[in-house]
Amino acid sequence: MTGLELLIWARGPGLVLAVSLCIFGVILRFIEILALGRKADLAPPRQSSAGSGWRTIATRSLPPPGMLRRAPLTYLGGYVFHIGMAIAVFFFVPHIELFRGLFGLRWPGLPNSLVDIAALAAIVALLALLIGRMVDPVKRLLTGAGDWLAWALTFAPLVTGYAAFHHLFGNYTLTLALHILSVELLLVLLPFTKLFHAFSLFLARWYNGDIAGRKGVAT
Amino acid sequence: MESARGVRRPRHEQEAGAPQGGDATARDCRRRPTTRWLLRPGRRAREQERPAAARPRRRAQGAGGLNAFKQVIDAPVASFFASCVHCGLCAETCLFYTETGDPQYTPIHKLEPLRRTWQQEYTLLGRLARLVGLAKPVTDAELEAWSPLVYDSCTMCGRCSMVCPVGNDITMMIRKMREGMAAAGHAPEGLVTATQRSIQSGSPAGVKWVTVQAQIKRMQKQFGISIPVNQENADYLVLMSSWEILNYPEYLGAVGRIFNKAGATWTLSEHAYEATNSGMQIGASDLARELVGRIVKAAEDLKVKCVISPECGHAYTAIRWEGPNLMGRRFGFEVKHILEVLDDLSRTGRLKLKGSIDKPVTYHDPCQISRRGGVHQQPRTLLRQFAPQFREMTDSGVMNWCCGGGGGVSANERAEPLRIISFKRKKAQIEELGISTVVTSCANCRVVIEEALEHYHMDVELLGLTELVAEHLAED
Repeated sequence: MTGLELLIWARGPGLVLAVSLCIFGVILRFIEILALGRKADLAPPRQSSAGSGWRTIATRSLPPPGMLRRAPLTYLGGYVFHIGMAIAVFFFVPHIELFRGLFGLRWPGLPNSLVDIAALAAIVALLALLIGRMVDPVKRLLTGAGDWLAWALTFAPLVTGYAAFHHLFGNYTLTLALHILSVELLLVLLPFTKLFHAFSLFLARWYNGDIAGRKGVAT
Repeated sequence: MESARGVRRPRHEQEAGAPQGGDATARDCRRRPTTRWLLRPGRRAREQERPAAARPRRRAQGAGGLNAFKQVIDAPVASFFASCVHCGLCAETCLFYTETGDPQYTPIHKLEPLRRTWQQEYTLLGRLARLVGLAKPVTDAELEAWSPLVYDSCTMCGRCSMVCPVGNDITMMIRKMREGMAAAGHAPEGLVTATQRSIQSGSPAGVKWVTVQAQIKRMQKQFGISIPVNQENADYLVLMSSWEILNYPEYLGAVGRIFNKAGATWTLSEHAYEATNSGMQIGASDLARELVGRIVKAAEDLKVKCVISPECGHAYTAIRWEGPNLMGRRFGFEVKHILEVLDDLSRTGRLKLKGSIDKPVTYHDPCQISRRGGVHQQPRTLLRQFAPQFREMTDSGVMNWCCGGGGGVSANERAEPLRIISFKRKKAQIEELGISTVVTSCANCRVVIEEALEHYHMDVELLGLTELVAEHLAED
């Protein structure tokens, strides 16, 4: 199979397959979680907790006082990676074209130079976080095969995308094909690795905020 | 004020401040009286002397633990485990990690057996892995090894739950995990003894009604007040913790003086004077329900409007937040912490305070009252009325650091060395302020802090807020 054939498969059937499996996986995981149910809390709430869960979804994105100083790499690395990646994924003009083709939605993109910086920053942050994970005793204790896999799954699309954009390797077609294939692998495995937090954290934060909110504790 | 230091008691008689159930935790386990084994005195002690292999019914108990794990896992727990990215930030919020630097005290790590149970039972991939033999089963030996992590190095203070970036309520999961640990027979001896005493004699410290009567007489004489007992239709049913009965009876005197002044009707009950709940701390919801049930029955028999949880952290959680879930129904009366009641009385003008403490004071937030209970403004509103030099510690209110003895830790002898080390956090907080008067509103915090102050030779005075309020009543 040549680079071109690979690219054609990746952009066509490969993409449809990957997106379908991703959607199936996400729905399956949500069913797994929600089917377990939750009993109503019979203790009368101190105040209505309406809104508390939703607020927590937003507020948990910020470090509580003092925490940034205690874990600067985790917080800063996390911010730079997530924001950088979001810019690269959602504001790179060719990506927006792809979303338009897939879902019919479009929005304005950012200049390539800005996306370039964002992608590079995300790559550097991921490398820093990887080193942090190897060095920090707490992270080492928590880390298993799934964590390395999740890291690699996230890193591959960023690096191949960056390489394709800058024509770093001789064969542009093959690099682009590998980029798309790495995204497809990420999509397929996302629901079944810790990367699923991209979806489940909304549930988790909501539950946390709701539980605390009933007690009159803003989180 | 009588000092706790004057009265030495066996550590296993101590009651403690503590946990919070995931709201429905209690009811998850209602139909599962697996923790009755706790009530056979000496059973655990004998078992611990023998090697695991020689212990009878051990496997059955281990299986009971896993069954309990399966039962306590609900949608919130699943969403929490599914969301964890292993960032390790929870370690930075836990005083057992910050004061030891030992990674095993990372909060989410303490839940590893529960997490694997979730993965292997409630996820498709986990089930497949188990089917083909790729999953590592949770063993009884592993649960035994986890006992110190779940009981000794977690006070269920809830700081990690406030910080986790994906929103995991880790504390609530520890509360749930203890259900399985207790069912599997891996609760620490001190908590087992306290629970046995609670069920058998009504109090974890074995305090009987005659002891309460003696303190009632003492307080009536000391303060010239009358303390009503078994009075029907009163506004308030006042409960106490063992510590208040034994070490800080002035609390009772203070409540009496305040209520007399405010014109509130109140009563003690001969059948429900103890507010603490070892059943909740150990993670035995069936026993916790029995203990709460005694209070509910007394309150309903006496037809009181409100039950007041004393200056005790976990008692408040047990009655206010877990209580209705343990009983499976809403109560016909309100449940309030004493500080909420004092704040209500103050707001409505029935409680007037005067005078001022002529020195800087700070307030130690008991975790179950502030962070896990929502009573964090009231103590400040009250204190500011007579303590103009009130100052906050860094990390105060809902982000305060635990004293190190909540969640049943203070009742657990095995945890004592670690508890003393973990107090360094509170020590640093107090020293940073450079002041020598600390006010709090949990008798267990008081005992734990007083012991640690003694250990570290710190010259710090520790005061109960309700008693301070009583000392600053305006004379009209």
